[in-house]
Amino acid sequence: MGKRTAIVGTGQTKCSSARKDVNGQELINEAVRRALEDADLTLSDIDAIVIGNMDHFEGINYVDTWSVDGSGAYLKPIIKVTTGGTTGTTVAFAGYYHVASGLFDKVLTVAWEKNSESDTTGAIVTAIEPILERPTFGGAINAMALQASMYMAKYGATEEDAARVAVRDRKHALNNPYAHLHLNITVEDVMKSPMISYPIKYLDMCPRTDGACALIFASEDTAEKICPKPVWVLGLANRHNYTLFGDQPLVPMITMVEAAQALYAKIGITEPLKQFDVMELYMPSSYSGVQWIEELQLCPYGGGPELIASGVTDMGGECPINPSGGVLSTNAIGATGSQRVAECTLQIMGKAEQRQVPGAKMALASGFGGCFWSDLMALGARKPG
Amino acid sequence: MAEWEQATEDIVYRGRIKVPYQWWVGETGSHFFIKLRDEKKLLGRYCARCNLVFMPPRQACPRCFNKEMAWRELKDEGTLVSFAVPAYTSELHPLEPPFAYGIIKLDGADTGLTHLVAGFKEGRLKTGLRVKAVFKEDRTGDIMDIRYFQPV
Amino acid sequence: MDKVGIVGVGQTKYERRKVGETYPDMIYEVTVKALDNAGLTIKDIDNVITVSNDFWDGRTISSMAVQDACGCRHKDISTVEGDGLFGAFYGAMRVLSGSFSTTLVVVHNKCSQSKMNLITNAMFDPIYTRALGLDAITSAALQARAYMETFGVTEKQCAKVSVKNHGQAKNNPYAQLPLDIEVDDVMKSRVLCPPIKLLDASPITDGAAAVIWADEKAAQKAKAAPVWLKGAGHMTDAYHLGDRDLARSPALVGAAKKAYALAGVSDPLKEIDVAEVSDVFSYMELMWYEGLGFCSEGGGGQMIDQGLTGMNGVLPVNPSGGCLSANAVMVAGLARLIEAVLQVRGEAGDRQVPNCKNALAHGINGPCGQSHCVMIVGR
Repeated sequence: MGKRTAIVGTGQTKCSSARKDVNGQELINEAVRRALEDADLTLSDIDAIVIGNMDHFEGINYVDTWSVDGSGAYLKPIIKVTTGGTTGTTVAFAGYYHVASGLFDKVLTVAWEKNSESDTTGAIVTAIEPILERPTFGGAINAMALQASMYMAKYGATEEDAARVAVRDRKHALNNPYAHLHLNITVEDVMKSPMISYPIKYLDMCPRTDGACALIFASEDTAEKICPKPVWVLGLANRHNYTLFGDQPLVPMITMVEAAQALYAKIGITEPLKQFDVMELYMPSSYSGVQWIEELQLCPYGGGPELIASGVTDMGGECPINPSGGVLSTNAIGATGSQRVAECTLQIMGKAEQRQVPGAKMALASGFGGCFWSDLMALGARKPG
Repeated sequence: MAEWEQATEDIVYRGRIKVPYQWWVGETGSHFFIKLRDEKKLLGRYCARCNLVFMPPRQACPRCFNKEMAWRELKDEGTLVSFAVPAYTSELHPLEPPFAYGIIKLDGADTGLTHLVAGFKEGRLKTGLRVKAVFKEDRTGDIMDIRYFQPV
Repeated sequence: MDKVGIVGVGQTKYERRKVGETYPDMIYEVTVKALDNAGLTIKDIDNVITVSNDFWDGRTISSMAVQDACGCRHKDISTVEGDGLFGAFYGAMRVLSGSFSTTLVVVHNKCSQSKMNLITNAMFDPIYTRALGLDAITSAALQARAYMETFGVTEKQCAKVSVKNHGQAKNNPYAQLPLDIEVDDVMKSRVLCPPIKLLDASPITDGAAAVIWADEKAAQKAKAAPVWLKGAGHMTDAYHLGDRDLARSPALVGAAKKAYALAGVSDPLKEIDVAEVSDVFSYMELMWYEGLGFCSEGGGGQMIDQGLTGMNGVLPVNPSGGCLSANAVMVAGLARLIEAVLQVRGEAGDRQVPNCKNALAHGINGPCGQSHCVMIVGR
């Protein structure tokens, strides 16, 4: 039961703080075209489409039916999936399940966001429970700051420890033409940048971006005919537990802990740092970049700062994290999770150009969002057995 | 039902979502609106592969994805394909009654433009009627620069 | 297609205004009902699909409201934003993929909590259409006129759909509006936007629903025999109303074709025992007869005139009362699937179609039924 499924093409748009040259449908279309081109397929080859974004960022109801001109869904099946920040990975997951179910052979997914079209915090606030929490909720940055403070208090991590993550990711972005921000900075630069919400400073935080990312999934029946190096989906797992902020532990972040345990058990990962060649992780602040690698079992709890400082996760290290520059460099919220999957795919296909990790055969992509929700997808060069 | 449930009055909390938006129209749409604003011209987009003229204009053909589309100037007059006369009032209605929503196939276009119809006697609207665009004097470059379509 | 079937169903009573209940309250109610119905516990559920709409809920990431209530702790979970039947489709695919043995699908809406015209106006393109102030009713009226004038379908024929469905709702304890009405009552009801009158339109409804999918092995644990998915398909039409031929529904034809092919159905009127379709407006039911191939193009009016789709007809449609009797938008499509399942199980009580071996469920999404989903279930 179930078909083995691979990704045979990816497409990312140029990302910037405001893509004024295109409307939403045209942005979607740009990513879709690039993915079709990458896979050397045409629209008529596509059996179904999955789309995702966060509604209130663009103010459009029923985005799936609205998107038709851009997504190519005319007289095709299309559904919308949406789960906040994890939307990008949720969209990728849906693409996988469509094909793995055996009902569709080639499925296009497109995740997008035009954050420039709205007041990001104003929109995000509407995600919060209206009666008990919305009146006091301070936006995503404050939620991240909350978790960061708790982590620092528990393990004695410092602001400099987190700053190293910002330096790493922003430096990696210099190799990525798709990234929104290309900043070459030092720890000192981060420490001097304005404080937004303690301990998160300006350079510790992700930007707000317009962008779209498309993926094409194909079943084992056609993947190898379409693409010389299809990238196989080895496994997925996710946890979206939150209902109210105080309901669950943030340190450690229980959703990431469980998702990692579930995924690793499924596909036989016991030493993630060794077994994965590269990772693209959705980490919207440098502090999440320090903490969540512990939840992923890359090091013991409290060991994040040491691992970051060791250089193991830098380009050239044993397991580079975010060669693309990650979320600190580009955050078109709905698209971001899909970009993680696309970047991992490019790595395994050997198409990552300047940001290529040599010989990458196994990659881990993560999604984050909603409120402290976690998605994980493992990809590999070898067809699962 | 438990005792506490029976004794409880149901509270209703009222609120409103206030998120301002700015939608980028894109280069294709911008060209369309500039022509509308400055010259009172209505432009459609033609796909040679499908042999279809789309109104409103699209950057690429929604049927075949052809990006080589050509601008076509359309007449500001066309045929009423369907219409709907609301019998209720709504804060969203842009005109005072009597007015109608209409799908108008402008001469030269293969798809219909959804817009407003006014200047008709009650009960006199019929599908197939010829209608012509009435433009605003002060146009700002948006779809409401057309005030409405009026039976010819 | 491998076997995947429904082993549990649950729905709330559909009501105009459920003042004392929140979204999680309703979701918990239907989750527990579906589990009890299946004879399973939450531990038996491998993954969850929630369905909701951010605009209707006034909450971006609307799924956040119901995480606890649907028991997603320690489970994979995702969310479809669209009609519940499309969510059910995804839920079934997750089982067919081999990754999960069971999927719980839940959907909710409280239409009473906001203003329908503002919510549905937001479906329209912000650049070219939204400022016109269109909503679900005025856009439906555009479609209704196009359909009726093209094929000579009359308001009275549409009214017969309303009479039939409200009347049939008397047999459905969950329905919001069981009514004893005549064609005359519909014709005299308040005009909303010609040709649509109040009794031609579905009501404002609050409600929730849930289904549990299971593969062959997991289904053995369940109380009742599973109702298998025989065929399914969905498809979407063009977006701008003027891009579409509003008198016809090619997307429904395409969706039905796929579902029938998988189910091995070639003559639906003969081979389908009962159908639950999304009659959000009375004219729509007639259009959907045609799109589903129950009759030829333009033949919807005649079908209702001949009584072919009443409880004693050759193919009863909407014994539950349909959307005209209860329409918690989003929930409606899943409610149709639940009704189809109850029919096949022989558990539809007073609305039971005798000797029901298979049933068709239909859901729509987007402006003027732009997207259609069709499912066929049976033994």
